[in-house]
Amino acid sequence: MRFILTTLALFGALIGFIANPANAKPTLTIYTYDSFTADWGPGPQIKTNFESICQCTLNWVSVSDGVALLNRLKLEGKKTKADIVLGLDTNLVKEARKTELFEPIRIGLPESKVIKHWKSDAFIAYDYAPFAVIYDTEKMKNPPKSLDELVNGPADQKIILQDPRTSTPGLGFLLWIKAVYGDKAGEAWKKLSRRILTVTPGWSEAYGLFTKGEAPMVLSYVTSPAYHMIEEKTNRYQAAKFSEGHYLQIEVAGLLKSSKNKNLAKYFFKFMMSAGFQDQIPTKNWMFPAGITSKPLPKEFDKLIKPEKLLLLSPQDVADNRKAWVDEWLTATSK
Amino acid sequence: MLQRVETHYKVTGFAALFFMAGFTLIAFLALSLTDQSHFDLSKIMADAYLGNIIVFTLKQAALSTLLSISLAVLVALALARRTHFIGRSFILKLFALPLALPPLVGVLAVLGLWGNAGWIKHLITSLGFDKPSYSVFGLSGILITHVFFNLPLAARLILEQIENTPSENWRLAAQLGLPHISVFKLIEWPAIKTVLPGITALVFMLCLTSFTIVLTLGGGPASTTLEVAIYQSLRFDFDPARAVTLALIQLGLIAIFLGLSFKFTKALPQTISLKKTSNRPLTHGKIYHAFDAIILTIASLFIILPLASIITDGLTSNLPRLLSTPKVWSSILTSLMLAVLSACLAVFMCWSMIKSIKTSTGRYAQVVNFIANSILVMPAIVLGAGWFVLLQRLGLVFSFTPFLVIIINAFMALPFIFRILSPAIAQANNQTQKLVTSLGITGWTRFQRIDLPALKRPLTLSFAFAMALSIGDLGVIALFGSQDFSTLPFLLFQSLGSYRTNDAQGLAFILAMLSLGILYLGELYAHHLPPTKKPIANGVDNNA
Repeated sequence: MRFILTTLALFGALIGFIANPANAKPTLTIYTYDSFTADWGPGPQIKTNFESICQCTLNWVSVSDGVALLNRLKLEGKKTKADIVLGLDTNLVKEARKTELFEPIRIGLPESKVIKHWKSDAFIAYDYAPFAVIYDTEKMKNPPKSLDELVNGPADQKIILQDPRTSTPGLGFLLWIKAVYGDKAGEAWKKLSRRILTVTPGWSEAYGLFTKGEAPMVLSYVTSPAYHMIEEKTNRYQAAKFSEGHYLQIEVAGLLKSSKNKNLAKYFFKFMMSAGFQDQIPTKNWMFPAGITSKPLPKEFDKLIKPEKLLLLSPQDVADNRKAWVDEWLTATSK
Repeated sequence: MLQRVETHYKVTGFAALFFMAGFTLIAFLALSLTDQSHFDLSKIMADAYLGNIIVFTLKQAALSTLLSISLAVLVALALARRTHFIGRSFILKLFALPLALPPLVGVLAVLGLWGNAGWIKHLITSLGFDKPSYSVFGLSGILITHVFFNLPLAARLILEQIENTPSENWRLAAQLGLPHISVFKLIEWPAIKTVLPGITALVFMLCLTSFTIVLTLGGGPASTTLEVAIYQSLRFDFDPARAVTLALIQLGLIAIFLGLSFKFTKALPQTISLKKTSNRPLTHGKIYHAFDAIILTIASLFIILPLASIITDGLTSNLPRLLSTPKVWSSILTSLMLAVLSACLAVFMCWSMIKSIKTSTGRYAQVVNFIANSILVMPAIVLGAGWFVLLQRLGLVFSFTPFLVIIINAFMALPFIFRILSPAIAQANNQTQKLVTSLGITGWTRFQRIDLPALKRPLTLSFAFAMALSIGDLGVIALFGSQDFSTLPFLLFQSLGSYRTNDAQGLAFILAMLSLGILYLGELYAHHLPPTKKPIANGVDNNA
């Protein structure tokens, strides 16, 4: 009888072991957006790199974008399985703080390259890129040299924008206009609306229309031409440098209070600022790395425009005024 | 029409209805009760912008529907008159395709023809003329695209009904030498009239809830539908209660419309025919001939050219590389599996619901009709988010994701196949009711020997159509998406979201071919597979 029981117990343990091999190793769950974890994105290699040093399993869970990420957290609340959320942008930080789901990281991290624009102990910048108007050199010989030239330029050369109500670049451009024009933003929008071909729900639709040749300009990132130069070997699409400066998008990651693997998570934050993570960012996420890379960026990145000035409104300002500014945009551009 | 409803159909029919209503209600409740809601009805009511949105939503939907339906009637009549021309069956298959495409793929396809870099402008400039200054961005683009999506479907459904006309009628009309106008008045119009209100309601709902098309082609925030407002309140504002309220307003709008459409729906005329395959004698007369030729050419070009632009774009992408990527294949398989399961569920639910109706004009029929159709205006994002909240509380999100996708896809296909199955079942009942009643055939025997042979064609078509719709649906997957669960449209959007326009074009091509393949196999099966058992009654076999 005892023998049978022992056998059963051993058998049970064996099954438990086979069924759950990860048991021995802790699992770090990170929520992010899906282009990060796509086969061609930085996620897979980062997972391999981290797992080779952490004695753990890294589990990516991805949703469509930064906004969806925050909503997912709001829906899940304290019961979330996430240890870390990676992929919010600074405009969402205020909202993220309000959920009270995040906690400060409080470990020494190397200084990020955007330290002048972004300091936070709870939301750590891992990459960034200024927004830019990308133009098609085959259709446009004299791209605008400033936001003002864009706003006042000829109506027959159109730009495709994103909706600030549904997309982060759309919101970024709204803030760009606000940062430059302040109280006169409404008038600027009114003038610009002559040049707007259409306003799409997200970045993908806008960029798809642009590369299809529907308009000579689109709102995207300073880094976009790097993709075309490296992956498609073409210089056709270039960014227009604006004299007023460019609005900055910074992507950040945060630690969740409810995490049961905080030490491991903190270890990941250190890793995030190191070459094992940062090397993957430029040519897979097509953004500038905020931390240290093991080698200089590909030469194509040197050809990208270098904005003289970077603009960023505080998350508090954005959170307080977003609705009013969106309404201002609506009134100015709907006829 | 009176039908004796068998007990098991009463049970499954009710179950299907409760399932749909309950599923929606639970999602709404779960979402309204989240602690994130800061709901204020008076604020919503006082929102002037919302008023503008509702006006625009109704305006574009009404115009799109009017255009789609009136053109569809013309096309269907022409197709019904011209029963033999080369490519007819191919055109009919292509006609089912647009709706099976993800809206964004459809938008890009339409732009491939009409856009600034589209074929029309290319053709005109290459002929030496100035580049035309028309722009499809704005209301015109929305209308063109809605017609592209909805005309073919409506034309097919109307044609199906005209072709169900007993062949004796055509012979009689030919013998009497009736003029075309009388044929239209006496035969065609009565047939069209029975399905028109339902199809109009369907198209109206599709245009009312249009999101990607309206936003992408609208040209600015003046073109915004309620669906956009719902999406916005769930995304940036994260105000679930507002989203639910807006969804209910949308439901209210459509309830009025469905009520009207129901009022005008006539019961199917009582006809008993020996054979209802259309062997209609050709309509002669040069003017008619030319008229039909023009209509059919324009309509076909209107539908086929954008689809052709998907193909040419697809062929310039790196198809061999895509097809040697394991992720592409696993996504195709996942999509196919989900599509088969949601098509099964949709056809089963639809069949049970229709079979549980006693009189097609009764109160119960109205309820069935309303629930089966209005599901289309339930934003998938609201259903998805509601169930997400609930399952997450129970800690079951990941295990249930595939089921949610299947169920929601099945719901979204239901209104379409309802339009295919409902008239077909009514017709079959007309023909077999007396026989089965007098012989006392019920249950499985009835299904196997009477219903199945008679309805094999519409059932297969419904199944194929539901599958095709589900294959192209991005739906709620984006909400739950994880690394290990990816469908073809999901992969397509992922590619588009990371500069990979070229891959996206290839995937759109694969997706279109897959949908076309499913529709093609569906028709092939429906036409060529003989019934396994010889039908008992003469004249119920329409496969002949």
